[in-house]
This record gives sequence, C-alpha cells and structure tokens, in this order.
Amino acid sequence: MKHTLVARVQDQPGVLNRVASLFRRRAFNIESLTVGGSESPDFSRMTIVVDTARAPVHIVAANLRKLVPVVEVSDVTDLPTVTRDLALIRVKCGPGERSEISDLVSIFRGRLVDVGPESVIVEVTGDQEKVDGLVELLRPRGILEMVRTGKVAMVRGISASNGNGNGNGHRETAAQGE
Amino acid sequence: MILTGAQILWECLVREGVDTVFGYPGGAILPAYDAMLDFPVRHVLVRHEQGAAHMADGYARASGKVGVAIATSGPGATNLTTGIATAMLDSIPTVFITGQVPSKVLGSDAFQETDVTGITLPITKHNELVTDVKDIARSVREAFAIAKNGRPGPVLVDICKDAQQAKTEFEWPETLDLPGLLKTRAPRANDLKNAIDLIAKAERPLILAGHGVLESGASEVLRAFVDKTQIPVALTLLGLGGFPPSHPLCLGMMGMHGEAYVNSAIQRADLLLAFGMRFDDRVTGNLKTYAPHSKKIHVEIDPSEIGKNVKVDVQINADLRGALEALLPAVPPKRHEAWVAEISTGRAETRARDILHQDHGGKLYAAHVINDLWEATSGNAVVATDVGQHQMWEAQYYRHEQPRTLITSGGLGTMGFALPAAIGAKIARPDAEVWVMAGDGGFQMTSCEMATLRQEKLDIKIAVINNGYLGMVRQWQEFFYDKRYAATPMLSPDFVALAAAYGIAGHRVTKRAEILPAVQAARASGQPTLFDFRVEKEESVYPMVPAGADLHAMIRRPGKEEVIA
Repeated sequence: MKHTLVARVQDQPGVLNRVASLFRRRAFNIESLTVGGSESPDFSRMTIVVDTARAPVHIVAANLRKLVPVVEVSDVTDLPTVTRDLALIRVKCGPGERSEISDLVSIFRGRLVDVGPESVIVEVTGDQEKVDGLVELLRPRGILEMVRTGKVAMVRGISASNGNGNGNGHRETAAQGE
Repeated sequence: MILTGAQILWECLVREGVDTVFGYPGGAILPAYDAMLDFPVRHVLVRHEQGAAHMADGYARASGKVGVAIATSGPGATNLTTGIATAMLDSIPTVFITGQVPSKVLGSDAFQETDVTGITLPITKHNELVTDVKDIARSVREAFAIAKNGRPGPVLVDICKDAQQAKTEFEWPETLDLPGLLKTRAPRANDLKNAIDLIAKAERPLILAGHGVLESGASEVLRAFVDKTQIPVALTLLGLGGFPPSHPLCLGMMGMHGEAYVNSAIQRADLLLAFGMRFDDRVTGNLKTYAPHSKKIHVEIDPSEIGKNVKVDVQINADLRGALEALLPAVPPKRHEAWVAEISTGRAETRARDILHQDHGGKLYAAHVINDLWEATSGNAVVATDVGQHQMWEAQYYRHEQPRTLITSGGLGTMGFALPAAIGAKIARPDAEVWVMAGDGGFQMTSCEMATLRQEKLDIKIAVINNGYLGMVRQWQEFFYDKRYAATPMLSPDFVALAAAYGIAGHRVTKRAEILPAVQAARASGQPTLFDFRVEKEESVYPMVPAGADLHAMIRRPGKEEVIA
C-alpha cells in the first residue's frame, strides 16, 4: 500500500541525503519524494510517497522523525488533501496538429508552453490521476520527453498554525514528538 | 573573549564535563592537539583509532557519562568507524571529534581527505561538518545534547583545520535550537491503565528486561516492581546487571544462548512485559513462532522500535524508569506460585546438565574459568568481553549483580572490543576491579592497546580464553557445515611472552586447580596481568537456538536437538 508522508525539516545542508540514506539502509521503498520551500525560510517541506509493503507506515514515520533535522512527520494518506503533480511533456506535433492538441490539453486545464517545428511542450498540473489521464491520451501521438515533479500534498480545511496543522485533524503517528 | 576554534573546542568539551578523551593525533587535528595542552583534560594516546572509539564507548558504558574520542582526518577517522558503529548499535552516548582538511580544499581529494560525515551518516545518531569557526561551539554543544537525548547514541563532529585555526569571539550557547530533538514523553494514562489491566489478569507473566534498564537507571524501581508483582525476569545480553541474579525471580539470559528454561518460559508465557529491549533476532529466533500465547506490553523510549519486529498489545513510548515509577503504585500485588514453580522445574533440569556440575576429568573448560573468576572477584568486577564463545560463557557464568559491570558489544558483535573497552571502563571507574575477557582471535585484533594500558599505568587483568580456534565460528561449522573448519584453526603468539614484551605479567593456566591461586596472586599484586587460559579446544556453547529457528527448538548438550516447549 502507498502512504503519503509530509515532513517538515530544518533547511540545512545534507537533509535530503539523510532522508535518502535512511530509506536506503532500512530498505524502505520510496515511490516519490519532493522537497521544496515552506512558509518559513528556516524549514523545508518534503512530501514522500512510500510503499509500505516491507515496513508499516508508523515505523517509516518514526524513523524519519528520529533524524535530528526532521521536526515533524504526518501521515496524510487518509486525510482530505489537495495533492498536485506537475508534468512537462514534449509531444510530437506537426504544424497541422497544434490546435487539436491544444484543445485536448485545455480539457485538462493544461497548456502549450513551447512550440517547435515538430513538437510542443505541454504543461499540466493536477492530482496524479489527472496527469496520468492526459499522459495516456498523448501517448499515441508520440511522447518524446517527459518530466514530472512527483506529488506534493497539503491537508484541506485546517488552520495553518504551524504549516501542517498538527492537532487539527491529522492522524497522529508514532513519530510525532509530543 | 577571542579564541581560536581549537581553543573553543576544548572550552566546550570542558564545559560539557569532559575530563578524559581517547585519541591519536595527525595533521588535520594538530591545531586541536596543540590547544589541548592548556586545558584540564587527560588525553589517552591509543595505538589504533579503533581502540579510541571502543575506549570512549567503554568509558560511557561503565560510567553513564558521554565518552569522547578524537582523531585526525582520512585514515584516522575511518579507523574510528568500527567503534562508532558499535556504539550506534548498542545506543552508547559518545562524541567523536575528527579533524578535516581545510575548507577551501574540501572535495579536492586533498591529502588525508575522506568524506567522513558521508561515511558515518548511517552509523551515527547525527553528524556535522564544521567549516566555520563560528559554528564550533554550537555544534559541540549540540553533539552532547543529541548523544544523551532519548535513546542515546554516537555523534560525530568533523572540524576543518582552518576552522580550528581561525579566531572568533567565544560565546557559550546558553540555549539550543534543536526543534527536531525527540522529546521524552510521559506515559499516557490510557496506556498505563491498559498495561495494568493486562498485568492484573495475567497468570503466566514474564518481564523481558533490556539495556533500557541500565540506560534509564531503572534497576531499583524494576526491583520494587518485581517484588510487588512477583513476576519473573529474563534479561537480554545488554540487560545483564540490570536485575540481580541473586534475586529468586531472576531467571538469567534469554535468546540464542539463553538457558532452555528461560526460552521455554517465554514461549509459555501469557504476558510479556518488554522493558527497554528491542526484540532483536538473537532474542526472538523465528518471529512467526515467537511467544505465541502471550499478550505483549512494550515500554520503549524509541518509537521506531515499537511494533518493528513483534506486534504489541500495549505500547508505552516513554523513558522506562518514569514508566515503571508510574506503574508501580498502580499494579496489584500478586503471587504466581504455580508459574514460578513450573519455571523452577526447568531450572533444576538445566542445573543438572550444567558442565559446572559434571566431572571435568582434568580438562579445563571455559565455563570453569569464568565461574572461578566470578567467585574470586565476588561477582563485583567490571568485565569487558570480546565477541564469541567466551562472551556467551561470560554471560552465562559471571553473574553480574550491579548495573554497568558487563561491558560487551551486543548489537554489532565487534571482535577486538574487550581490551580497549576495559581501558575506557577503568579510567571511568578507577576504583573498580576491571577484567578483560577475550578469545585468542579477538584479542589479537586490538592487543596493541596493551601498550596504552601500560602507558596509562592501569591495573587491568586480562583473561584470554584460548582454544586455538575462532571458537564461535568453529561451533557453527560443527553444527551447520559438517565440521568443515574453514579458516577457524588459529595460530596465536605466546600470549605470556607477548604480555611480557609490553611489561605485563603473564600466567599460563592449563588446569582448573591452578585458576584460583594464580588469580588471587595477581589481584593482590595490584599490577596488570594477562592469563592465557588454555581451555578445551572443541567445546561448544550450549544451549543454542540456531539462527532463525524456533526459540523452543534448542540444541542442547551433548548436541542433539530437543523440543523443550
């Protein structure tokens, strides 16, 4: 089963390395990991999708939480969340096909962000299922290149007191320090 | 006050209460060594950096304080790694300081450069590379806080040479900014209530006491808990000393080389109270058949250990001592006479089989040596062991009454640990009688530290349990590899002559009757002494649960597998 963990980490050199090293040595399987800024300049935020076939999610979370720069870990899998994945897709496209592709992409609220003589770059943002749906529709036309960011997640409808609303509906994991 | 980075390092170490460090100088740490002379710190010069790491570890295990080792960059640091990993697996609070090449040449494969924080990332609780003199005070202070916090462990601070040399205004960081440090929780009322309910209902309860008893200082409250609840206690290897074997409810060690009646009791229990232990594979055997009839209460400070190997019914994620103090007034006083009597029957059967009570026919058995050492020292010595057969015999036959008197590498199983760990223990507790107990194989891995022992004028006694084999591996070959002794017969030097070369007295002992007179003479001498105990060559440690086998399927003397539960 796949679980989505959100980790709040101190913005220090080597934090991503510590997380990756932990997953490697404990043989935890990462599906995707995204890291980027948060509301505070001192902290970054990781969204980690982990396959828990080998180790239960609370063990994964507890091990993450033991890393000194990791301040908080939440399992948001069963919570109402907004999740987004961004994809850039280079699709084969002759001059006569552009409007057709543009129409198709706009159904998914994507857009063309670059046009070349034989290809276009499509940008699409959404939950993973939506992005997957567009990718499957474009595949028969010839996907030349693709990059996806992996999933980022945020819990819906809770106060933003500390960035991920601990104590406001998050499932408590064994990893939380309090 | 303007100080160099090197001076700041020592200023911080002294403020953290450090009076002894174990180390070896070299280019990238030279500024720190130069500054050291002006600070009230005893430096113990080792003969190999692995020894420094084990000494810091032994110092910490014997005293409960943080042990500190120091080494230079490159090979100095890589030589520490076996000792760091040993401290990591056994949760020993230690701080390692390494020199690093100047920050401007980092990453250039400069002379004696290695990526030490990279190498030690998975074997430390935390580590940090310091490139700026302004960060030294904070990182040293943080290192001690992290090493001691919650479940203890090793922390490494790698300091660039130019940061040691640069000057800055020294400021002692009064507060720490470590928002990620796990806070020790108070036990939750609901968990305590559920635990008490299970304890009240249990008819065949058993306490499994581990290293957490020692680390949290819970020995006394554990004893009060046992006296009130009358629940028998089995100990892990690292838990030995946490509960006195003289107590009628102390069963002894569990697991691979635990006594048959102890493992049998685990398999028959209806409630296991796991106190500060982690259900390691050497303790459980086959997880699928482990303790099948019992509910489990797990009191453990590290949340990542709860539910890792064994499913538990009640988890108390807290410091053990605090949890026991909360449980003690609330648990009902009870007696478990039928259960204790059942265990005692197995105990009597084990006694009857014991090599100690059999005719030795003029042969010298390691069990006799250890039993007689136990008698000679009244069970009060601090014993540092190596790894292998002698370690298991020590655990079986030296009955440790006091916490922090058995110093042994449990998790990593590090050969070469005993002698340097004993040196660290003796320096931490100069008034204690300290013994090294090592096999002929492991002793040779770090025997160079006999020079350190002499240079520091330490009265440590060394027992080499010499059987001419890498004994535990030979035993596995005997049991599981058709007695094909690949690379286990071992030629050793004349240990008595080797000791003499280091200025240490030596005695060869070949008969049981010689043990006590020789040992008592050495104890009276006040001088370090090495004993070369020439024991039976092909004796095995019994009983034994083969790796991954069911806990109740033990190989017992004289070597046939029996189901005991």
